[in-house]
Amino acid sequence: MGTAITFRNPAIVTPKIAATTESPLVRRLLTGIAVIFLSLFLLLPLVMVFSSALAKGFAVYTASLREPDAWAAIRLTLLAAAIAVAANVVFGVAAAWAIGKFDFFGKSILITLIDLPFAVSPVVSGLIYVLLFGLQGVLGPWLAAHDIKIIFAVPGIVLATIFVTFPFVARELIPLIEAQGNEEEEAALTLGASGWQTFFRVTLPNLKWGLLYGVILCNARAMGEFGAVSVVSGHIRGRTNTMPLHIEILYNEYQFVPAFAVASLLALLALLTLFVKSGIEWRSRQQPAEMEAATAGKGPA
Amino acid sequence: MAFTFKQRSILPGFGLSLGFTVFYLCLIVLIPLSVTFLKTASLTWSQFWHAVAAPRALASYRLSFGASLIAASINLVFGLLVAWVLVRYSFPGRRLLDSLVDLPFALPTAVAGIALTAIYSPQGWIGHLLQPLGIKSAYSPLGVVIALTFTGLPFVVRTVQPVLEDLDKEIEEAAASLGADRWQTISRVLFPALMPAAVTGFAMAFARAVGEYGSVVFISGNMPMRTEITPLLIITKLEQYDYAGATAIAVVMLLASFVLLLTINLLPVWSGRRERSATAGEIGTPAAVRA
Repeated sequence: MGTAITFRNPAIVTPKIAATTESPLVRRLLTGIAVIFLSLFLLLPLVMVFSSALAKGFAVYTASLREPDAWAAIRLTLLAAAIAVAANVVFGVAAAWAIGKFDFFGKSILITLIDLPFAVSPVVSGLIYVLLFGLQGVLGPWLAAHDIKIIFAVPGIVLATIFVTFPFVARELIPLIEAQGNEEEEAALTLGASGWQTFFRVTLPNLKWGLLYGVILCNARAMGEFGAVSVVSGHIRGRTNTMPLHIEILYNEYQFVPAFAVASLLALLALLTLFVKSGIEWRSRQQPAEMEAATAGKGPA
Repeated sequence: MAFTFKQRSILPGFGLSLGFTVFYLCLIVLIPLSVTFLKTASLTWSQFWHAVAAPRALASYRLSFGASLIAASINLVFGLLVAWVLVRYSFPGRRLLDSLVDLPFALPTAVAGIALTAIYSPQGWIGHLLQPLGIKSAYSPLGVVIALTFTGLPFVVRTVQPVLEDLDKEIEEAAASLGADRWQTISRVLFPALMPAAVTGFAMAFARAVGEYGSVVFISGNMPMRTEITPLLIITKLEQYDYAGATAIAVVMLLASFVLLLTINLLPVWSGRRERSATAGEIGTPAAVRA
């Protein structure tokens, strides 16, 4: 004890004295347990996805992805995610403006209600739309009479996707816009800018990283949603199957290589999401002053 | 002073933005959710009770809540450990593992489900090692726990990590200089400071696990009474066109998640923290991200 402890990256860690750290043996043991735990639960599934997808070679892999039903599932997933992200961005920005810029009665209730979809089981999220728009549902007979299909069709899938990704953008933007205060907007308005000009030239640029962060998380969840979409889709091959549903069908038919091939695309998307996320986090750490301003509204951690 | 709905402000767009927010919230969330409760109200009490207290339903609650509790407890212990190691120690691959912690949020549940099943099935990489020991991992309640541990893994790590980073080194030095040994410092000084965040993370992991569907259905084997989770029971009832039964069980789940959501939102109040906590389900964004 008492000897200086050497760290692999001296830039990160300030020198410690022995009394406020553990013995090297304990440190190595704890690090070992943590690394094994994370490898077992995080790395191993990832390795499994890619090795199973490529188990029969690259040609089989690409062939599984070019198969028409897989291709249709990919297109539907992209469509549903695009609509859900766009809708929730418009909502998120509006909610952030109302909640972040103004003080009004019932604000905290509104914030809690926005978080509600996160608390609901995905299966129940799908079920509520079946109860509303399904044939047995409240609006079912009217929709059937007018030949409008929502459940077991694309609109139902889009609605369920919007529901499960509902809070993502809003909850990224609300604390951010609250922390930035109203001074810049007030200055712009005083100098004669119109409301929209103030929003597009002052508010939006300040929000861009938070918005990007919300969008990538929203998109990852939208493309990967399984439970809610499974309830409303009807699993019609080539028509109402999204990628996760297509994976389920292939897997249950013991077509493991095609199932993992489609899964590998979603796994790549997940890795890309984590990469962009780390990038944004790294960038914000490079700008401590801005970060401090942004976290000021969050209160002590 | 007269009641005012809104504080005065020179910023425009309050009516438009709030109006749209409330409209969209009602359209997507509130109206569909209330329809579920209306639908249940059309059941008689005995029909409702028959659906929610059937032996098969009770078995599914036991599995869903029991396995979620075990998985959240595993995540509490290992989450604290992982957060500690990631914040305090330096080792090769630390940055990589740190960003991988969020994988369960980003990886679609169906992908996680088939990957975990392939790993823990009797022929799988780990399954074939457990098989000779007489441990059945996939297609058993243990498989459900494994899947739910994966899903809830980031919560405790991500709630504890920022608190640990902000903790002043001086407190530990003070404890040490007053004669506390390292274990006393950790158990009496650090632990109490980390506990509120850890408990919030635990509750979030638990709430997420109770409703989880995608990662579980593949690995659980889905045997009624034994490895059938509550969300799956809802789907089964829907496939049998038993809408009333599905709705009744869904209402039980909704009430459970509302109670959990309320608990999670009140936890910081109880522990004396002012910040609004992240709620059940998704990524509690680290403070550093808000740029």
